[in-house]
Amino acid sequence: MTLIIALNCIAGLLAVTVLAVVIGRASVAAQIVYGASLIGSLILLFAAIGHLLGAADPVSMTLPLGLPWLGTHFRIDTLSSFFLAVVDLGIAAASLYALGYGRHEQAPQRVLPFYPAFLAGMNLVVLADDAFTFLISWEFMSLSSWALVMAHHRVRENVHAGYVYLIMASFGTLTLLLAFGLLAGPDGDYTFAAIRAAHPSAGLVALVLILALIGAGSKAGLVPLHIWLPLAHPAAPSHVSALMSGVMTKVAVYGFVRIVFDLLGEPAWWWGIPVLTIGAASAVMGVLYALMERDLKRIFAYSTIENVGLIFVALGLALSFKAHGMPLAAALALTAGLLHVFNHSLFKSLLFFGAGAVLTATGERNIERLGGLIHRMPQTAFVMLIGCIAVSALPPFNGFVSEWLIFQAILLSPQLPSWGLKFLVPAVGALLALSAALAAACFVRAFGIAFLGRPRTPAAEQAREVDRFSLAAMFACAAFCLIVGVLPGLFIDTLAPVVRSLVGARMPVQIGVEWLSIVPVAESRSSYNGLLVFFFIFMSGSLAAFAIHRLASDKLRRAPAWDCGYPDASPATQYTASSFAQPIRRVFGTLVFRAREQVVMPKPGDPGPARMSVELRDLIWDMLYTPIAGAVMLTAERLNGLQFLSIRQYLSLVFAALVILLLVIASWP
Amino acid sequence: MQGLVFDIAHMLAGSLVLVSFMQLYQDRLSALLNMFALHALVLALSVAWQAYVQAAPHLYITALIALVFKAIVIPVVLHRIIVRLGIHREIENVVGVGLTMLAGIGLVALAMVVMLRVTPGADPLAREDLAFALSVVLIGLLMMVTRRNAVSQVIGFMSLENGLVLAATGAKGMPLVVEISVAFSILIAFIVIGIFLFRIRERFDTVDISALDRFRGERR
Amino acid sequence: MAVIVDVAIQGAQMLLVLLLSPLLTGFVRKIKARLVRRQGPPLLQPYRDLIRLMRKDVVLAQSASWLFRVVPYLVFATTWVALSLVPTFRTGLLFSWSADLIAIIALLGSARFFLALAGLDVGTSFGGIGSSREVMIASLAEPAMLMIVFMLALIAGSTQLSTMSAFMNSSEVGLRVSLGLGLIALIMVAIAENARIPVDNPATHLELTMVHEAMILEYSGRHLALIELSASLKLLLYVSLIACLFAPWGMGTTEAGPQALAIGALTYIGKLAVGGFLLAMFETAIAKMRVFRVPEFLGAALMLALLATLLRFVSRSF
Repeated sequence: MTLIIALNCIAGLLAVTVLAVVIGRASVAAQIVYGASLIGSLILLFAAIGHLLGAADPVSMTLPLGLPWLGTHFRIDTLSSFFLAVVDLGIAAASLYALGYGRHEQAPQRVLPFYPAFLAGMNLVVLADDAFTFLISWEFMSLSSWALVMAHHRVRENVHAGYVYLIMASFGTLTLLLAFGLLAGPDGDYTFAAIRAAHPSAGLVALVLILALIGAGSKAGLVPLHIWLPLAHPAAPSHVSALMSGVMTKVAVYGFVRIVFDLLGEPAWWWGIPVLTIGAASAVMGVLYALMERDLKRIFAYSTIENVGLIFVALGLALSFKAHGMPLAAALALTAGLLHVFNHSLFKSLLFFGAGAVLTATGERNIERLGGLIHRMPQTAFVMLIGCIAVSALPPFNGFVSEWLIFQAILLSPQLPSWGLKFLVPAVGALLALSAALAAACFVRAFGIAFLGRPRTPAAEQAREVDRFSLAAMFACAAFCLIVGVLPGLFIDTLAPVVRSLVGARMPVQIGVEWLSIVPVAESRSSYNGLLVFFFIFMSGSLAAFAIHRLASDKLRRAPAWDCGYPDASPATQYTASSFAQPIRRVFGTLVFRAREQVVMPKPGDPGPARMSVELRDLIWDMLYTPIAGAVMLTAERLNGLQFLSIRQYLSLVFAALVILLLVIASWP
Repeated sequence: MQGLVFDIAHMLAGSLVLVSFMQLYQDRLSALLNMFALHALVLALSVAWQAYVQAAPHLYITALIALVFKAIVIPVVLHRIIVRLGIHREIENVVGVGLTMLAGIGLVALAMVVMLRVTPGADPLAREDLAFALSVVLIGLLMMVTRRNAVSQVIGFMSLENGLVLAATGAKGMPLVVEISVAFSILIAFIVIGIFLFRIRERFDTVDISALDRFRGERR
Repeated sequence: MAVIVDVAIQGAQMLLVLLLSPLLTGFVRKIKARLVRRQGPPLLQPYRDLIRLMRKDVVLAQSASWLFRVVPYLVFATTWVALSLVPTFRTGLLFSWSADLIAIIALLGSARFFLALAGLDVGTSFGGIGSSREVMIASLAEPAMLMIVFMLALIAGSTQLSTMSAFMNSSEVGLRVSLGLGLIALIMVAIAENARIPVDNPATHLELTMVHEAMILEYSGRHLALIELSASLKLLLYVSLIACLFAPWGMGTTEAGPQALAIGALTYIGKLAVGGFLLAMFETAIAKMRVFRVPEFLGAALMLALLATLLRFVSRSF
């Protein structure tokens, strides 16, 4: 029943796509498309939650579409219902936001048709039950999001972003195609049920793991496959950015979890190692990139890379525990990872909505041209502050809960017997701790420079608060951030059936714990109670305020800022984003980015300005992608000669190819 | 060999690693010399504790040698040398402190893996002491590699030797003769290097060994 | 009945730390002055300062937003909540399970997050300097602190402070190399977190040397009082943390009667006095370092903590 409802909704979304093509230029088109998406996603959301809470048995279905001998298989189990819920909650928020935000769109006919198609694609990936449907949906999702990235195609950098995205997305799909091809084996049975039942050799499984890590990782934005993400996510309209960063990366995580935890069977001892390494590297590199960035949306996109890194660290831990026969610890790590999937989709959507609001209000994405928005856009500033606290993993919001669970999982890992993991896991823990601290620095910078201080440009000075729909979407996300933060036990329990189906165990039941604490292993070991912490902070803060105002003084007067005796300086003397990052750039940047600061002082007596410039180099781009691009260009140059052959030569080429193929088939064992 | 005895031996060996790290952290020569004196002092304590634990009186002599020569004589002499050369405040590092320490952590980890994996059956005290000793040796080598100044290379060399002594005493003692000969060879090496320092200084007006590379026509 | 006692003790602890913290600050100042042969301010001076500041009007910068006015209360509340969960004279506090040591570190992180935002809020250059340096220091101090927590948790088998300190008080612990490394790293982190010499100077308003003071430059009146009080609370927190983890002797247990509690309270005060004295000695003996030397200092703390954790991961006997 759930599955039928879900598929009908997806079909409805596809119908809206067709409708949008027809009415794309009409003035009400945006309202219709986003309204329909909102309704469809809400239905899907409730269906998914119903399935998840009921912990119902998997339901499968085969539609006579697609390849004639295969059909199209769909299935909803607890894993897909969880991801369906995450995806559709994000979509619902984004559609609500877009009801207001979409009015400012200059080229609605370039956005509206692709938006529901993109939504349908993401939902289909989660429901697919054979490799063919999975890949088609995956590619559908990629291409429709590519079209959305290219919506403002007259902006130069968007074209570049779209180009890089297209290449990386095709590459990712190619690796997934290979992975499924290997899994399906020579018989070519592409249904997931058949793949699950097969027992491929160890070498093959290892290859599939690596391919899945590359394929899903490139979509999720793992370092070093992340390069498209900070280009593409910000280029799209903001509600689509929120979906791409908050939701589409989660679909990629789903792909990885589905292949590695479900289809591949029992993990080998070393599987966690590449996943942990890449995850930790992504976490630190992502946040360091974000700290060097000045574009608000790109900061958030880089922060997505960090959070995806965290999720993969949790998944890597879960794989290691599972491989070493520690199902309880694996359940803890996997719950932490999945909870972070949910949390990240909430606060990252919120942050991108806020960036969109700022963009609408000021037309600026560069935080060095903003400032003081908290006075002009108080509500947006308030919810953005909540988003920033949540993403910085500070209590009592949700980001902290999942990070805390990951730390708890790390603390269980000395029991792992393998030496490689014994050394890797503490290093990964240190890197996670570093990335958490850097994330706090990054979001102090992003929020502080953009929203606090004094306006740096007229545009920032004349900002206006955004519309009600946008605010409603942002407040909803912020409320969820707080709810998950103070009542994490509910969500952990909801995840239990998902986790049990993947690692064969679950975390202890949280709902009955006194005072709604969460207890990952045992109470003597560790526990956390977001509700009480929130309550205590609130109480002691208000108590202090009340006592001081009543007993001491509540007088207040306004005066110019003191600033150590340098009053009334121009707003240009404020710290900028670049100067704020300077200490951290000096500590980490000289190594990671080859940061060079150059100061040009005018000669004595010369009234000209002194200039300071910073040069950063993206070493991953320089060392990995530039050589590859060079090699491709070189090959293309060489192959250029093939364009000028005679017909006889072309024919002989075709003939040779045919003969070689026949030879290969003839000699195939 | 359990309980407190075990813990104190461990603690001392661990402190030796810690002081090695502190040597990596220092970038001024005089501070480095003080750290080296501390290193030798900890070594002397550790050896003396081993002497007490193993009831091996000849180890007390080793401890005394370490205390007198390495913790007092050599640092004092070296201190005089660098003051005479006027380089006691010089800051010199080829690689940054953070990176060096990170490399140090990696080396300690390596030492742990090698020692604990190779000797699973051995006496746990000797085993972990050996791991610490190997770490000290590796960090000493690391210091010789990452420092430019000849004096700090000498210090690196001698702390490396401290690691060797730690290993030797931990492994139920080696004969006193070997002990003394090692000490003397170090002393001779120290004298030779000291003389070289002055020779280098006279010729090139610096003890930065990259000056030597320049004269050999090499590039850094 | 037991619940009432627990509530009373939790309440007593919260009041005790609130009342003691300015005294510790005053004590450190006094000792520092005496060590350089100055008379120094009276021991109770911090209380007088706080009361006077509370009574004064707040002079708020024109460009300050609501966040600037809320931050002092938030900073005070988070620090106070964090401190009330650290066992001082008795383990097994009533609410100790509501936040473990990781959460306590994160609560302090929240306090710093808000304070750094407040530094940026008015839009002056000094606030920016303070905030940016503070987050740089935090970006190294926090991971170091977390690694220390990891190491301790691996020894005690728990991240719950009460359990940890009860375990450290038992005879099972013994001398551990990793504990030694962790203690040194913890002291280094505590110095940096509390803006003490050599990382920062709590007594300076010289623009190029200040970090914490630059951040709170625009605060006045009751806001400033709250921030000063939070700073003393934080100092007390770190001293108590070191005391309850590395010197848990004399601390009362859950079943302790009044006599044991009195002993616990007395030893606690004694530990604070020793801690304050050592801090004053250290601060007097050492010079402040340049700002860009701080990363090396904290990097060393991080490396030591990482080494300690690594040792614990490798073998249970380190």
